[in-house]
Amino acid sequence: MSLGASPARGALRIERAVKAYGRDGARTLAVDDCSFDVAAGEICVVVGPSGCGKTTLLNAIAGFHSLDGGSIHLDDRLLCGPGRPRADVSSERIVVFQDGALFPWKTNLDNVAFGPIVQGTLSRAAARDKARGLLADAGLGGYEDVYPSQTSSGVRRRIEIVRALMNDPAVLLLDEPYRALDALTKSVMHESLLELYVRNRLTVFFITHDLDEAIFLGRRVVVMTARPCRPKAILDVDLPYPRTYDVMGERRYRDLVQEATTAVHEEAMRAFDVGDKEGPS
Amino acid sequence: MTNARAPHLGRFGAWLRSPAPYLALTGYGLFLLTWYLTVDVFAVGRFARMPGIASIFHEWLSVDPTYGVSIHTPIYYQHIVMSLGRVGIAFALATALGVPLGLLLGWSPTVKEYVFPVFEVLRPIPILAWVPLAIIMFSGSETPVVFLTFLASFFATTLNTLLGVRSIEPSYVLAARCLGASRTQVFRHVIIPGALPFIFTGLQISVGVAWFSLVAAEMVSGQFGLGYLINTSYTMVQYPTIAIAMLTLGLVGYSTSAVVRLVGDQLMSWRRREHAR
Repeated sequence: MSLGASPARGALRIERAVKAYGRDGARTLAVDDCSFDVAAGEICVVVGPSGCGKTTLLNAIAGFHSLDGGSIHLDDRLLCGPGRPRADVSSERIVVFQDGALFPWKTNLDNVAFGPIVQGTLSRAAARDKARGLLADAGLGGYEDVYPSQTSSGVRRRIEIVRALMNDPAVLLLDEPYRALDALTKSVMHESLLELYVRNRLTVFFITHDLDEAIFLGRRVVVMTARPCRPKAILDVDLPYPRTYDVMGERRYRDLVQEATTAVHEEAMRAFDVGDKEGPS
Repeated sequence: MTNARAPHLGRFGAWLRSPAPYLALTGYGLFLLTWYLTVDVFAVGRFARMPGIASIFHEWLSVDPTYGVSIHTPIYYQHIVMSLGRVGIAFALATALGVPLGLLLGWSPTVKEYVFPVFEVLRPIPILAWVPLAIIMFSGSETPVVFLTFLASFFATTLNTLLGVRSIEPSYVLAARCLGASRTQVFRHVIIPGALPFIFTGLQISVGVAWFSLVAAEMVSGQFGLGYLINTSYTMVQYPTIAIAMLTLGLVGYSTSAVVRLVGDQLMSWRRREHAR
């Protein structure tokens, strides 16, 4: 089953990306010769050993830091590359952070309404109306007038994604957003993310360690090598959307998880060996 | 449910029902009783020459006080108003200059590199060491006192504001920028509210050190004020009046710091609710 025509925007092309940290003597390559594409409107999940440089790649797409080589294009437009070391930070590419970044001093409603207000695209009243609508659509209507601290961490994550969607981004960049959640909350998050995805059809770039999460969410799963980071295997997850948790019982699902596990395990062992020789970095 | 409708009354009611106020009253009672027993009744060793609690309260509440200062004499309030005025002006100045400077130091690494080293050398100089320079720099007896009071407050406020800016999670700034906020919008919507808890911690400290330096300054120079009262009562051997001025300082100082805390709670309702949870 397909989701209809692909959206016209949100295609990422990463070509021969290079990023190193440290000075000449102790230079560490975080990302080296890393190339892969993310199709418009797909959920691309990036997995790999911890510290392998996945977040570095995400930060380069977001424009939080520069690349040392290679290029990243969004819909054939150069984000960063030759002559343009660093992408502009823009609301077309919104990051949802590991530990959540809803502003604690704003109510949930004002958090969601924030983007269009500061960009000046909507009046304050119109932005709040739109935010109310989106929160209600996401089943979060009861949380508008309270502060994030009065809201459970699972609900906060969902509100943060609504805050991003409020700006109609082309790409959503999620950096292990559900890392700190318990398994049960996580499963609710996954179904809710897929629901929002199916409704909005935007490109999702999702980083995780959790292979079940990767296969359950991803249209494609990019398994990264241990540092420096580059694709080791790209798995095509041909399970139709909308997916529900029943899919985890299917043979195809389990085969894919097995395949991903094998690939990640090899890299983890390699990272461990390298780590033994070089000491902790 | 009533809590949601009238949070203040609800909280006050809950406070009245909790053991806290009664324990506090017992604490005050024990303190005064200890004083009474050690000084008034048994005149224990070193405490023998202290003013007794009975004579202090007698003097404090007397319509015709022996040493001329009690709650029935206008001079008592003149001292309080004078001290309050000095602290008020100094605290307002320290806040008006210290908060913006702290925000600037925290926000701009370049400014910080110029200013902070100087700041760090001036900050530890005790207020009393500034007394001669203050008197040389400012004419009259009023301005030096206000300047000395201002100085300690200013350092406390600036430093805490700076720390407040540094304490802000970098992800809040990045998130705001992703959502399209400009630099000035990040400053207004993230830096200022994010630093506010530390700013108010700074203001609480600031009001405390303002009283501290005020009394030191008033003992050196100036006329009127509670510090002045303590000093003159000492030279004129009016011991109960010293204790009256000290206890008054405690009460007035505590009230000013409570006002700062209340203002902070009002501005940071998101935190009050967080703590109430």
